[in-house]
Order: sequence, then C-alpha cells, then structure tokens
Amino acid sequence: MTASDFILIAPELVLILGGLALLLVAAFAGDKVSGVVNALAALVFAGAIVALTITAQPGAWAFSGTVRIDSFSTYAKYLIFAAGIVILALAPRFYEREGYRSEYPVLILFASLGMAIMVSASDLMTLYIGLELQSLSAYVLASFTRTDSRSSEAGLKYFVLGALASGMLLYGISLLYGFTGTTSFDGIANAFGPEPGLGLLFGLVFVVSGLAFKISAVPFHMWTPDVYEGAPTPVTAFFASAPKVAAVALLTRLCVEALPFGAPAWQQIIAFMAIASMLLGAVGAIGQRNIKRLLAYSSIANVGFILIGLAAAGNEGAREGAVTSVLFYLTVYLVMTLGSFLAVLQLRTADGRMVEDMAGLSGLWKTRPGLATAIAIFMFSLAGIPPLFGFWPKLLVFQAAVDANMLPLAVIGAIASVIGAFYYLRIIKVMWFDPPAEEAFPIEGGAMERGLIAVAAAYVSVLGFALIGPLTAASTTAAASIL
Amino acid sequence: MNQLGFPILSLMIVLPVVAAVVCLYISANAARWTALLTTLVNFGLGCLLWATFEIGGPQWQFTERVQVLGWFHWALGIDGMALMLIMLSVFLMPICIGASWRSITDRVGLYMACFLVMLALMIGVFAAQDLILFYIFFEAGLIPMYLIIGIWGGANRIYASYKFFLYTLLGSLLMLVAMIWMIGTTNTADIPTLMQTDFPVQAQTWLWLAFFASFAVKMPMWPVHTWLPDAHVQAPTAGSVILAGVLLKMGGYGFLRFSLPMFPDASAQLMWLVFGLSMIAVVYTSLVALVQSDMKKLIAYSSVAHMAIVTAGLFAFNQQGIEGALIVMLSHGLVSGALFLCVGIIYDRLHTREIARYGGLSNNMPAFALLFLLFTMASIGLPGTSGFVGELLSLIGVYRMSSWVALICGTGIILGAGYMLWLYWRIAFGEAAGDDTRAMPDLDKREWALLAPIAAVVLWMGVYPEPFLAPMRKDVTALVARLAPAAPEGDAQLAAGSPRVPAANSPAHGGESPQ
Repeated sequence: MTASDFILIAPELVLILGGLALLLVAAFAGDKVSGVVNALAALVFAGAIVALTITAQPGAWAFSGTVRIDSFSTYAKYLIFAAGIVILALAPRFYEREGYRSEYPVLILFASLGMAIMVSASDLMTLYIGLELQSLSAYVLASFTRTDSRSSEAGLKYFVLGALASGMLLYGISLLYGFTGTTSFDGIANAFGPEPGLGLLFGLVFVVSGLAFKISAVPFHMWTPDVYEGAPTPVTAFFASAPKVAAVALLTRLCVEALPFGAPAWQQIIAFMAIASMLLGAVGAIGQRNIKRLLAYSSIANVGFILIGLAAAGNEGAREGAVTSVLFYLTVYLVMTLGSFLAVLQLRTADGRMVEDMAGLSGLWKTRPGLATAIAIFMFSLAGIPPLFGFWPKLLVFQAAVDANMLPLAVIGAIASVIGAFYYLRIIKVMWFDPPAEEAFPIEGGAMERGLIAVAAAYVSVLGFALIGPLTAASTTAAASIL
Repeated sequence: MNQLGFPILSLMIVLPVVAAVVCLYISANAARWTALLTTLVNFGLGCLLWATFEIGGPQWQFTERVQVLGWFHWALGIDGMALMLIMLSVFLMPICIGASWRSITDRVGLYMACFLVMLALMIGVFAAQDLILFYIFFEAGLIPMYLIIGIWGGANRIYASYKFFLYTLLGSLLMLVAMIWMIGTTNTADIPTLMQTDFPVQAQTWLWLAFFASFAVKMPMWPVHTWLPDAHVQAPTAGSVILAGVLLKMGGYGFLRFSLPMFPDASAQLMWLVFGLSMIAVVYTSLVALVQSDMKKLIAYSSVAHMAIVTAGLFAFNQQGIEGALIVMLSHGLVSGALFLCVGIIYDRLHTREIARYGGLSNNMPAFALLFLLFTMASIGLPGTSGFVGELLSLIGVYRMSSWVALICGTGIILGAGYMLWLYWRIAFGEAAGDDTRAMPDLDKREWALLAPIAAVVLWMGVYPEPFLAPMRKDVTALVARLAPAAPEGDAQLAAGSPRVPAANSPAHGGESPQ
C-alpha cells in the first residue's frame, strides 16, 4: 500500500470523506439542514468527477492488484457519478411534504461509492465489498418512506432476496477460490484454462447468477416490479439507473477478464438470460397499469438487450465491438431511464399526490404539452424507433450479435422489440389520443428538474446523433482497456 | 458536388423539418400557411431537381456524402426512379395540406408538423444511399403516421394506429438484422456498392426473405395487407392520401433498390412466391373490394390489388414489366390519392363514408362527378389515362415471363372496372339517398385547386408518358442487365414453327397444276 494507490482511488476517497463528513453533519444538525446536505452531496459528486478526470489512467493497478483503474472503470464511474447528481437533484421536491431527511443524500453517496468499487474490482473480494456496500445502502433507501407500508415491504423484499443473491454469489466465489486458489481476476483467468473442471463451472454459474440478481435479469427479476413500485419514486429512479450500470460493468469485467476461458459456459447463460429478459420484460409489461411497474419491466427488457451485447462478447473476434455496444447502450439507457423517472415525478396533483396510474396521464398533451412531448420522446427512444437515439445502441448490440455469429439472438431481439413497442405506444396513446383526465398537473417550481428533462429528451432525440462520434470513441477506448 | 452547386437533397430534407418545428409554436392559421408555403417551396425544388436531372447521365446524381461514423454516412443521391418518386411526394404534399385546410381544427400546429416531417422522411427514403440512413428514414415515418392516425383519425383510430405501427415495425426489424449482416460481411453500407455486390446464393435467400418481410408489409401484399384497410379508413383524408400516394410506394421502391439488384438469384428463386401472392391479391382483394359498403375501404382494397400488379411487374425481370410497375406506382399514387380526396370532399359535406347514403351526385355536383369519373376511369386503366400505360406495360412484361400470371393479373382490370364503375354508379347516378345528399354543394375553389392539378397530370401521363419514363429508362435497363444472368426463361416464347409438310392432295399455290 503506497501513496500512489491512494492517488489512484482519489474519486472514491472524495466520496468516502465527503460521505462521512456529511453523515456527521446529518447526525448532529438533523433534518433542518437536509437541503444543505443535499447540495453538498451533489458537490461531493462533482468533486469526485473532477478527481476522476484528473487521476484517470489508461490502465493501472492499486492495492496489490485488487483494484483496477482503467478507461473502462473511468467511463462507468462518469456515468454513475453523473446519475448520482441527477438523483440528488430530483429528491428534495419529492420529499418536500413529509420532510426531507439528511440521511438520504448520504446513503446515495455510499451506494455510489459501492458502485465505484464494483466497476474497479479486479478481485473477488473487492467485488463483494463494493456490491454489498451498494446493496446495503439500497435496502435502506427502498424502505425510506417509513410511513408507507408499500415502501417497507419493498425494502424487506429487496433485502431478503438480495441476501439470497449475496449468498449465491459468495458460494460461487468460494468455489472459484477453492478450485483456483486465488481471488484475483487474473489468477482465476490463468487457473481456469481451456478445459475447466466441474467445480469451476459451478462457481461460475453461481457468481453469474448472483450478479444477474443485481441487474434483474430473468429469471432473477422477481423482486424488480414490486420493489420499483413500492420504493419512493426517486429511489426507483436510482435503482433503475446507476446500480444497473455498475452491475453490468462488473459482470462484463468479470466475464471478460476473469473468465475468458469460461466464455462458452457463460455465453450460454447470458444468451439465455438475454432472451428471457427481453421477452418477459416485453410481455410482462403489457398488463401493467402502474407506470413504475411498467418502467420496471422496461428496465428488465433493456437489460436483456444489453446482455445480447455481453453474450456476443463471448466470441473472441467480436469482443471489442460487443463490449463497446454494452457501454454505449448503458449510457443511452441511463439518460432514457433517468429522463422517464424525472418525467414521472412531475405527475403530481395540486394537492401533492403522486399519480402512478397510467390513466392519470390521459390527455397530458393538453395540460402539459412539453412534458407529454418529453415522455413521448423517451418512450419512442426506449422502444428503439429511429431516428430517436435509443435506436443506435439497439443497432450496436444487434450488430455485435451478428458479428459473433449469434444471428438468432438478434432476430429474437427484433421480435421482442416489436412486442415491447406495444406498451411504449400505449403510454403515448394515453397521453396524446385520449381526452384529458380530470386531474391536472400544475407546473410548480422545479425549474432545474424541468431543465434536466429537457436536456435528457434532447439527448435521446435526434440531436443525440451529434454526439455519436465522441461517445463511440470513448466507449471503444473503454472497451479496449479490459480486453 | 452536383450540377447545382448546393446540397439540394439535404435542403429538401432539412427545410420541412425546420418548418415543422416552427409550426409547433405558432397559431393554427399561421401553421397552415407555413406548411403550405414550405411544401410549395419543396415542390419548386423538386421541379428544379427534375429540370436539372441529366437524362442518360451518370446513374447517381446530386450525390452528397459526409461520414458520420465508421461505415455510417450521410449519403444522399438519386437515380431516375428515385427522382420520379420524390416528384410524386413533393407534388402530393401541398395537396394534402390543402385538403386538411378546413377539416382539421384540433392541434393544427402538430398536424402540420407531422405532415412536414413525413415529407422530409419520404424524400430521405428515396434519396438515401446508406443502408442504415435508409432504415432510419424508412422507420421514422412510423412515428408521424402513428400520430396522424391516432389523433385525427376516425372512431376506431386507436386500433388502426397500433396495427399499422406494429405490423410495419416487425417487418422492418427483420430487415434491420439482414442489413447488419450485410454491413458486417461487406464492411460497407453504401447502397450503390452493395447493388453491385454478389452475395452467396445461400445467404441471398435469407436476406431476400428478411427484406421481403419489410417490403411486403409496406407494399402491402396479401396476406399481410390487413393493416391497410384499417389504417386507410381511420386516417384523416390527407393521411389516406399520403399513405396510398407515397408510403405504399416505399415497398415497391424497396424491391427495386434492394431485393432485385442486391439479391438477383434469390429474386429469381422466389419469383413464384411473389407471383403467387400477387395473383391471389389481385383476385381476392378485388372481390373483397366489390362487397365493401364503405368508400374508403373499397379504395383501400383496390390499392392492394393495384400494388399486386406492381409486384408482379417488378418480378417479371424485363424492361416492360419494371417500367410498367414504376408507372403504375406513380399513377396509383396520383389516382388513389385523388380518389381519397374525392371521398374526403363528400365526407366533409355529409360526414359518412357509407356508399348507400349517397347517390345522384351528378345532378347537384356536376363538377365533382366529372373529376370523380376521370379518376375512376384512370383507376380502371382506361386508355388516355395514366393507369392504362402502367397496367399495359406491366402486364406485357409479366406475359413475357409467365402467361398464366398475366392472365390472372389481367382479370384484376376487369374486376377493377366492376367495383369502380359500380361505386361510381351508386354515388353519382340514380336517385339521391336523402334530402341532405341532394342539397350538397358542388366543388368550391379550394377543392378545384386540389383536384385539377392531379387530373392534369393523370391525363398527361396517360397521353404522353415519355417525360416520366425517360429519366428511369437507363436505370431500368441497368437493373434488367443486372438481373439477366439469373432471369429464368419465360413460358410465353413465340417461336417460328417449322412449316407443315403439305398433304399429298393439297393444291399448290401459284397456279401450277399438280402433276
């Protein structure tokens, strides 16, 4: 452990120190200063982004090879920290009426710290520490509205199932360690060899299953709709965004760096999960009336599409393009998801009640034309209809699948897109075709939130193509750094 | 860059998009005028395009090419076929705006914006020279059309809008996967290059089927035509015009631009499929059209029948067939558009599309009856109208490939005469169905201005089709040459038979008496 190790993890240090300091402030000053704590937490994220920019490395190890700092981790951290700032921005107004509590921003900080560790993990122990730090913060966040029984239920459900997943993960880790004698990704890769034994394969399956829970890939998705529905909406937005990025990045790194020889094994698993997630995500959403549940299924389906890219990475030749497509998809998905949730958070009636039922959106074009346009853009983009930007990542993952000779995967993806388009269209239909509902959603305050919605909508609309060059360059560099 | 010195195609795409954004923010009347002026300017640009198009010059003209990323280019350029289809689009669009002048009163700005975006996308589809760019334009058209049907459509508009969207999307996504495979194999998305690429025969079949899934739905071919009657009936008048006039042509254009030149072997191999579906469509949809009681549905089914003649002509693999199919496409775009306008005109007066509610319109609406008669005749394919030129040429082409197919497709013209004349009879002749029908006023100036230009072009194309055929001839020849190695032998070969051996007792000619 040397000083240079600490310089390399400067962004994480900023988060740790900032988080601890704010925790003390929150503990002593109480909820009176929650607004200040929130702003400071956003500042901590900004500081972490600055530190990340300064200390970015094309490839370096820290702490005896347990932490990896490379373009891949840097790219993922940018996404996570940026998402963190947005999540903090949308929280205070939501909790306005019941009183915003100072612990909330602190928990977001710690969860993001866990995610930053996850994407830098190059050792099974680091992986687990990061994952658990993130998960424990998330369990608390899910049940943050103490007075709402749905929120408590969500927290408990998430905790119980999360604990089960952690158990599976740990069991897998122990098997991998037992059969290879090391916990470092490189060591596992070397020990794995072209002909892995049964024990190693078992370990691989358990580890991948544990992580699949975190990205809510089918068949480990059961908690998602309930938790998304029950958790407070800002928390749901958080769950759907940053942790997905972190967990997918972690899974990608694990598959590519630690298990390159296990590719035939994990490729099958991931391909199956991709197909199952896309189809179940698309079909499951059809009957939903609650917008948050619907977005939960949408996130399951999108994870399925991302997994197409990861499955394609199982083929050596197509690996770089495939990992690039995963990162690109994550970026656009993040913006689409955060935008959608920001928009859902605008659906607040004059007496402060949040509307989550889809019928409440009826005729939104009349009362809030700008908001209706933004939601329409997000929905068409999530459905992957060109010329909206959501089309491009879908094209990239399909391309990765075709390059990897996994044509059926791309074809099933195409069919799932059509099924998925059905429910995205329904939201647009309710907003644009139906007569206005009785309840109106007055515009009150929150210029920043509306600004964020506008920026997100502009990005996932055609204008996103303007940034396609730099984004592709960045994600390609990031992908190349883990190969 | 091109013969004009400025990127005219990009301008024609960008201008309506900018105008569309403007339309969203201004008052209803201002939006109407903005949309009309923009579409007229675009029509002017289209005329400039036609005037400066070098007939017999290089195949691809007005080309533009800017790299976006890797193989993905903003590449535009047109040949003669694309030119004529672009002309069709820019010609019909001001008429569509005019047709919606009074009938649309709700959310006018958005309505006009949707049409302007449609215009930009249609030009984009016909001008794109990059596979993915083509796909983006092709698919993006779903969004404005979904809104047009869903917001301003009839009673059952929701169902129709979903059906339209999902049907088309399924076909297109399979095509996308095929496109990705092609790009992965050849490492280029350049359409002119791909048109010269010989894909392995085995792969061609699959690629052809994937493209077919998209174009057959768009065209639409039997049995995936069922979205069309719903969409047509529910869409507002201008929506039906643009749907029948231009959107259906995208399917035919797709066959011409992709299926035939890129996969000639597969096209020859699967010719029976196209012919079979076309024959069924011609007969079946014509019969279905006969029994319709809704005017729009009747015309919608007649569209399917006409499009079947287009597909048969395209897959005849010869000059006449393909040229004929192109003329049918142009002619049908004008004629069915005009017929939908006619229906819209009387619908605006009586608010029903029920045929039985009309009758005797030739008494109180003579001008309308005259123009309606002209378009009815053009739809049937009467000599002197555009329909005749196209149907004759394509049936000649089909006959040279297969006499049976030509025979069955030919019945389409007879059946077409049946349902169109019967429709005309029930609407224009006989007794008015009620006092309200009898009191309907004749065409006003605006309606004259909508129908007269179409009538003029229909006659022009029928009497002297050369200006329309000339720009396309060289491209069709090139396409036929590309198809030649794969083209099967037709069954209608006229062969000089060997002279019959004269019978022993036959009288010899020339006055020489038998010995």
